[in-house]
Amino acid sequence: MSFTMPDFMPALPEMFLLGMTCFILLLDLFLSERSRIVTYLLAQSTLLGALLLTVGLYEEGRALTFSDTFVIDPMGSVLKVFIYLATFLVFLYAKDYLRARNMFKGEFYILGLFGVLGMNVLVSAHSLLTIYLGLELLSLSMYAMVALQRDSLQASEAAMKYFVLGAMASALLLYGMSMLYGVTGSLDLGQINNSTAAMDGNSMVLAFALVFMVIGVAFKLGAVPFHMWLPDVYHGAPTAATLYLSSAPKLAAFAMMMRLLVDGMAGLQEQWEGMLILLAVLSLALGNVIAIAQTNLKRMLAYSAISHVGFLLLGVLSGTQAGYAAAMFYAIAYVIMGLGGFGMIVLMSRAGFEADNIEDFKGLNERSPWFALMMLILMFSMAGVPPFLGFWSKLAVIQAAIGVELVWLAAVAVVFSVIGAFYYLRVVKVMYFDKAEAGMPAISASLDLRVVLSTNSLAVLGLGLFPGGLLALCLAALA
Amino acid sequence: MSFEQILFYVFAAILVFSASMVISVRNSVHAILFLVLAFFTSAALWLMLEAEFLAITLVLVYVGAVMVLFLFVVMMLDIKTATMREGFARYLPVGIIVALLTVAVMALAVGQRHFGLEQMPAPIPHGADYSNTRELGLLLYTTYVYPFEIAAVILLVAIVAAIALTLRQRGSSKSQNVPDQVAVRRNDRVRLVQMDAEKRK
Repeated sequence: MSFTMPDFMPALPEMFLLGMTCFILLLDLFLSERSRIVTYLLAQSTLLGALLLTVGLYEEGRALTFSDTFVIDPMGSVLKVFIYLATFLVFLYAKDYLRARNMFKGEFYILGLFGVLGMNVLVSAHSLLTIYLGLELLSLSMYAMVALQRDSLQASEAAMKYFVLGAMASALLLYGMSMLYGVTGSLDLGQINNSTAAMDGNSMVLAFALVFMVIGVAFKLGAVPFHMWLPDVYHGAPTAATLYLSSAPKLAAFAMMMRLLVDGMAGLQEQWEGMLILLAVLSLALGNVIAIAQTNLKRMLAYSAISHVGFLLLGVLSGTQAGYAAAMFYAIAYVIMGLGGFGMIVLMSRAGFEADNIEDFKGLNERSPWFALMMLILMFSMAGVPPFLGFWSKLAVIQAAIGVELVWLAAVAVVFSVIGAFYYLRVVKVMYFDKAEAGMPAISASLDLRVVLSTNSLAVLGLGLFPGGLLALCLAALA
Repeated sequence: MSFEQILFYVFAAILVFSASMVISVRNSVHAILFLVLAFFTSAALWLMLEAEFLAITLVLVYVGAVMVLFLFVVMMLDIKTATMREGFARYLPVGIIVALLTVAVMALAVGQRHFGLEQMPAPIPHGADYSNTRELGLLLYTTYVYPFEIAAVILLVAIVAAIALTLRQRGSSKSQNVPDQVAVRRNDRVRLVQMDAEKRK
């Protein structure tokens, strides 16, 4: 049999990540408890190194390697850069939180880096096999990160739920993949796309496979009715792990949806459009309405994540280049805002105190006007108030929906985003108009956390004032 | 019906039977033994598909290693079936409806109409000198080397996660230190005290 050596260059960031992670894994064994900071610094420099490599390899156009199981294209590269950045912020925000809870161990960073590798594999997947493997690598790391606080009953329960439901979703996805493989006879997304386009779109088996794959993707995104795990896991997991779960993996899940539905089954667009509409409407409705009843900020942000997924789906289901770009813009915007939101919880918390109830933010304006302002920016942005980033991302996906004459869907999205504004504004009300309880200590977070979190929030404002650059980047990535 | 077809149906029937027994028997040790049976019959099905290597791996790895560990764990755990069966009757109707719907849809999609011999011609049987293992090895380390490596990383993550979640270092470990024991001298252990004899009271 003939075999030519694959081109290793496109996968250089992945190889660098893997090599460095294994190195850190070994080095961490020989570090004493006090010099654990070395692990942290190395993990951060690994992310920066991978970022430089990815940027250096950026090219217009796409290239396949490793027998067509790996693809490098502008969309993948842009998403990877944001994955590194988001994870960089997660590691930075989580440092003090982990230290205060005696969880500042190498494992958090090692599992986090393996998760990033899984996300990279998923983003660059061009075969059902690599999609599945990337997803499992990511999920396995996340399950373990949730369970890392093993003496906490709540975290163990969250991890167990996440693991069982995640395994079921993987099984459904695999079942769909096996059907697709059965009909098309190939694992390669390009070939699958050709054969599904050639087959008549009404093939029973294709629809059957499609349903299972959409369920798998919806589960990973947390779209209703496959959202049950999300509030419990976000709430139960240590906030450091919640930060990780709620940020970069959303970008990977978006990439997975793009690879499976757009790269692999563009010919079935009419069919998956209907399914995604259903998921989008349900997510918007349920996410926004149930979030109103929450008193726990982490749970509230979890339901808000569900509603954001509804918006993201609006962009994808429109099935146009502009729609995909809008969805990508939305995903990136959400990750930036979500990092800020969960980052604030980490900032407010200290040893033995989680600060994850909305009440804990009472009178924040008196205690720290600056961070109250930062939280105000984040909440306004999530609610979609102009001129913040969240407004532009919502506008982009709604425009995409109107562009394909789904005006009623756009109207539904607007109505629910107005309903959703209520619970974001309630946080602002609590911060500015409620009296602080006596005896709440001042915010004692370290300098790097304060500076970066402020930058994060100001970026939401800055990108909101000048949204053109990020939007143009997303459009160029999908051109 | 050819002999092969009869064999297939026999194995398939045993597989479905044992799989349903796994989830319905009361005793969890019995459930595991039925799972072993399910693995054996699916290995037999793979053998009939000329996937000898996979069939043998399934038996060696799953039956030989994984299931034995499972048995150990199940025998050590004190599982109360009564509490596990709580709510069983309550969820049963929903479960049955979902299962029936799934089976109905599967029957529509997976069947002669889509996966019959016209759409999927049977593969030509290979000769006796054909080595399934060799072919797999060639593909695994060339065409599929990238997925293969990722699978290896997944195993590494599993090891890291398992150790991180279970390892508890205990400070007061009571292990023997053999060199110290050998090097011990009489003076380290026994102290002779000089004292006067006392009268018993």
